[in-house]
Amino acid sequence: MGSNPRLLIIIDALAILLVLAATVMVFAYAPIEAVMGHVQKVFYFHVATGWTGMLGFGVAVISGIAYLATRKSIWDKVGLGAIEIGLAFMLICIVTGSIWARPIWNTWWTWDPRLTTATIMELVYAAYMMLRQGIEEPEKRARFGAVYAIIGFISVPLTFFSIRIFRTIHPVVVGSNDPGAMGSFNMTPAMTQTFMLSLLAFSVLFISLLWHRIRLGQLEEKVEQMKLSLTQ
Amino acid sequence: MEGPADTLNYMIAGYAVIFGVMFIYIASLVIRWRNLRQDEQLLENAEIEEERSQELYATEEV
Repeated sequence: MGSNPRLLIIIDALAILLVLAATVMVFAYAPIEAVMGHVQKVFYFHVATGWTGMLGFGVAVISGIAYLATRKSIWDKVGLGAIEIGLAFMLICIVTGSIWARPIWNTWWTWDPRLTTATIMELVYAAYMMLRQGIEEPEKRARFGAVYAIIGFISVPLTFFSIRIFRTIHPVVVGSNDPGAMGSFNMTPAMTQTFMLSLLAFSVLFISLLWHRIRLGQLEEKVEQMKLSLTQ
Repeated sequence: MEGPADTLNYMIAGYAVIFGVMFIYIASLVIRWRNLRQDEQLLENAEIEEERSQELYATEEV
């Protein structure tokens, strides 16, 4: 539990470098969109944070299944970490979407299918954190958490496909747009490269943060056991 | 021909939120880690103290 493993240090450095490179590309390489202007640049990290959030919730399902199959506490720590990170990044995604919407849709918020499902998803996983707070016994907390993470994942594909199956004003980046979508644009090669690097940067950042969060969970467990052994 | 809309302030606000939330989350990880390390250190010291007092108690009994 001492210093960070060498691989983690490498991943940390890579994550920092990639996020810096993506930031430089957003501001210095990607062109300013002809109609929307500067605010279109929010799109690169808005989608990347949304992707990272959904990745976190996806990892939580896998770790939930792994926990129920093996009953190893490490899977509970992976699931908790993945959801915690997913919540933070999905919050960024929702707020930046709202900031983008103000000049483009002329409103901070509208109950469009994508915005509604994304908010429900965020609240579903916020409830996961509250559920865990309410259960004292670690084994029971991990079991309930695993089951909740699996069931809660229904909200993720619903959010992802909402702009493809419902009538929406939210633009679709990959695939065909709804004719009613507002704020669509065609990506130039420089925009596509910036977008791809942003996705990669946030994926590596997710791995780095998750590893740190798992180590934090292990330290929490160790301290908890030390407290118990002292009181007994 | 009209140029792009003036939306610079919204872009700044967007990136302030992105880096702000990321900074807060990373800071929370660092703070939680430091607090736990302090707790760990305190508990280790308490364990050593308890072992010493038990040894002392045992020798006094003898």
